[in-house]
Amino acid sequence: MPNSKINNFVVRFANVNGTGSASANHLFAKAIFRMGIPVTPKNIFPSNIQGLPTWYEVRVSEKGYQGRREGIDLMVCVNPQSMPKDVMSVASGGYFIYDSTKTLHPELIREDINYIGVPLMEICLREFTDPRQRQLFKNIIYVGALAALLNIEFQVLEQLLSEQFKGKEKLIVPNVKSLKLGMDYIKENYTCPLEMRLERRDLIGDKILIDGNAACGLGAVYGGATVVAWYPITPSTSVVEAFESYAEELRIDPETGKKNFAIVQAEDELAAMGMVIGANWNGARSFTATSGPGLSLMQEFLGLAYFAEIPSVLIDVQRSGPSTGMPTRTQQSDIILAAYASHGDTKQVLLFPSDPKDCFDMTAESFDIAELLQTPVIMLTDLDLGMNDHMSEPFEWDDTKPYNRGKVLNAQQLEDMPRFGRYLDVDGDGIPYRTIPGTHPTKGSFFTRGTSRDEYAAYTEDGAVYARNMDRLTKKWNTAKNIVPAPFFYQEKNTSTNGLIFFGTSTNSAEEAMDLMLEKNELVDAMRLKAFPFPKSVDDFINSHEKIFVIEQNRDGQMRTLLINELGINPQKLISILNYDGMPITAHAIVAGINNNLSVAKTLTYQ
Amino acid sequence: MTYIRPQFRHPALPKNDLGYTSKEYEGALSTLCAGCGHDSISGSIIQACYELSIAPHRIAKLSGIGCSSKTPTYFLGNSHGFNSVHGRMPSVATGANMANRDLVYLGVSGDGDTASIGMGQFVHAIRRNLNMLYIVMNNGCYGLTKGQDSATADEGSKSKAGSVNPFQPIDLAGLALELGATFVAQSFSGDKEQLVPLIKEGLSHNGFAFINVISPCVTFNNNPGSTKSYDYVREHLEASPAPDFVPTKKEIKTRYASGTGTDIRMHDGTSIRLEKMAHDRNPYSRLEAMNALQNSRNKNEILTGLLFVQPVSDDLHQTIQSSDKPLNSLGKDVLCPGSSTLATINADLR
Repeated sequence: MPNSKINNFVVRFANVNGTGSASANHLFAKAIFRMGIPVTPKNIFPSNIQGLPTWYEVRVSEKGYQGRREGIDLMVCVNPQSMPKDVMSVASGGYFIYDSTKTLHPELIREDINYIGVPLMEICLREFTDPRQRQLFKNIIYVGALAALLNIEFQVLEQLLSEQFKGKEKLIVPNVKSLKLGMDYIKENYTCPLEMRLERRDLIGDKILIDGNAACGLGAVYGGATVVAWYPITPSTSVVEAFESYAEELRIDPETGKKNFAIVQAEDELAAMGMVIGANWNGARSFTATSGPGLSLMQEFLGLAYFAEIPSVLIDVQRSGPSTGMPTRTQQSDIILAAYASHGDTKQVLLFPSDPKDCFDMTAESFDIAELLQTPVIMLTDLDLGMNDHMSEPFEWDDTKPYNRGKVLNAQQLEDMPRFGRYLDVDGDGIPYRTIPGTHPTKGSFFTRGTSRDEYAAYTEDGAVYARNMDRLTKKWNTAKNIVPAPFFYQEKNTSTNGLIFFGTSTNSAEEAMDLMLEKNELVDAMRLKAFPFPKSVDDFINSHEKIFVIEQNRDGQMRTLLINELGINPQKLISILNYDGMPITAHAIVAGINNNLSVAKTLTYQ
Repeated sequence: MTYIRPQFRHPALPKNDLGYTSKEYEGALSTLCAGCGHDSISGSIIQACYELSIAPHRIAKLSGIGCSSKTPTYFLGNSHGFNSVHGRMPSVATGANMANRDLVYLGVSGDGDTASIGMGQFVHAIRRNLNMLYIVMNNGCYGLTKGQDSATADEGSKSKAGSVNPFQPIDLAGLALELGATFVAQSFSGDKEQLVPLIKEGLSHNGFAFINVISPCVTFNNNPGSTKSYDYVREHLEASPAPDFVPTKKEIKTRYASGTGTDIRMHDGTSIRLEKMAHDRNPYSRLEAMNALQNSRNKNEILTGLLFVQPVSDDLHQTIQSSDKPLNSLGKDVLCPGSSTLATINADLR
């Protein structure tokens, strides 16, 4: 049994928003990653630019668990505003590091935790003259202190700083100086390292550390997106920012210096979606990124794209709703809205990434799926995945695989065919052939419309023709079940009468929960959903178990509702394990939820 | 009701530079009310595109929702069309234009579609100087929903239900000038002699070209003071519910020399006064155009003609420095950085 205090703890930083703490905290997390130790950092930030409390939580896990864990073992508090709460949040036996320039109020003293004071302000006032530097380097000094307390290798920190300030070497010296100031203070005044500390490992392999939004942006570059339309909204903004920065580097025409992409910041989310539809209609791969309120606004256009059969890609980085909700907290609560987006009978293809590699792969693939099916594809990621760094398998790309543009007719094909019918089901799979404007002088043009139309795209109010078209869309929907990514099964054969269903960012904690249960010899089967519509294997998994726990991060059990509605499952069979306080779900909450249900069930049986 | 358009055309029908007759620029038979001003505008669009010798498949015609937005079915049958959602044609046109800068973009909208629900998208298309011709078929009312006042209805005009419009109208041409549109014109649906050249100029303009076309609604244009309006007649038919009556009328047409004004009698007997801009007026001065427009409004006249043009300006593609080649023509070889670049990116993330 390894020492449970080595490489196994949670550190939380309590900062003031807008004081430059983010890069110092990132330096801390990245250094642990570089030491070969699995690490998961999470930002817990306010909807504010400057002044409000913000936290940064880093879980270190020898076992590689990346889900959030309750219980803070070490708190670095540099925010007097949140200090009373921060003191209370430290686990018994944990550590509280604070700026000891001022003495702590007696009310903040707990008997069961350890206090480590570092006079951050005093050191800064002594060592730096510029007010901005005094603020910024305070953060680096506490990273230095942590390096001494937790055994972070100094050369790793130095290396990271030299990478960060490449081209601005002047900045390296004061940063390194600050690190040393913090380290030296600890070494002179405290016994270090602590029992709870880091030890170099080789547990990372070739994994990378990146946030989901950046992975989406990069995936869109690789997937061939050329037109991006968007409207700023937390937490999706950095998807487009990432696309732009990668494209500025990778998509410049070498001869003209011009951009092989176009980004339009729209006047609102409606316009953003309209632009995406217009661009895809005209043969470019185009996407937008938004969050819940934007998805609400895009409903009408999503119905048009569904009904007129125009490929489009939408990345929804979910946050806590309803309405403005908690805009800087995570949730998986747009599922129903996305699945049936728009009025009338509509169904939309959904993708559920669970880590940055998924974000990259699924974004790139979403353009193929959208064009194959000629319909919108909505990727449902969330704030936790999108805005926090996650350890991920490295990105891969198969250079031999072409973009699959689906059924698009060229001029010669139009020339050779007797009559083009935009909405004719030629192949029997419900997917018609389309043409791109400007292809042929006299053939292949048609009128795209949101009104009912016949197989040749001519307006009709004939009910039978309308119903025939709606039925073809259902057929296409059934075809989609075999085109979207299949679920992942954690077992080859069923081992239990109980099964877990989860998706997206619940995955990390669900996997950890399965381990915790296994330690107690409680076996469960599990399936990770990757897409909607649900392939038959989803139905089979549910049917082959007596009880299914559906783990999700919303109040109403939206995925459970979708499963019941789409597959005709007996609602009694699907039990919700929910978390909706805006913080990522934990493994302990999942285990508790399952055990609670199972023990209640046992009690009922014994009666 | 079955409409069959005769396929016969005179064999000696003239051909344009591309060898097409005007027939190749026609669309389906209109289902708008007989005598609708919009049909005249469709006719002018057909003539303009024919005369310009634009290959029909190189034009993309886009619209929103409403009577005006139905018209793209009735012209340029060999062009791709997109009848989008209410008030959102500009965003669809923006996306389409970003995807392929080589097509000619013709947007058709109405006063409800542009001045109310679509105001936001309209002004932002102007702001970006999107390279397109944007035509508003302006009849001051919501025809498809039976004649409610639109935001361009004049203050004091009566709706079909009898209420007097208490709000001042939005002057779309004035707004376009104020917002910096690089081509602003105003015309009348019945004045083909003026409208066809304006459409040709607008289609040829690099940047956002706007034409506000006054286009009478034969069924619902009821102005106060008119003793021959349908509303007036209905008000005098007490206890008898008025059925919807769509009269068959001839289009209102007019011809007059520039620099002179002319009164146009509307279907309901009222008249509007059109003022053609004189040839000696400077079309390159935004300020003069704004003044002239305001002066005409003060005199209850509608100033028509080319109000303002800025012949050279950067359109959206030029502003954002996007590729000279249409983006929709770029293949994976150009767009995808490939696996070796990805390996470098991975390395940077460790």
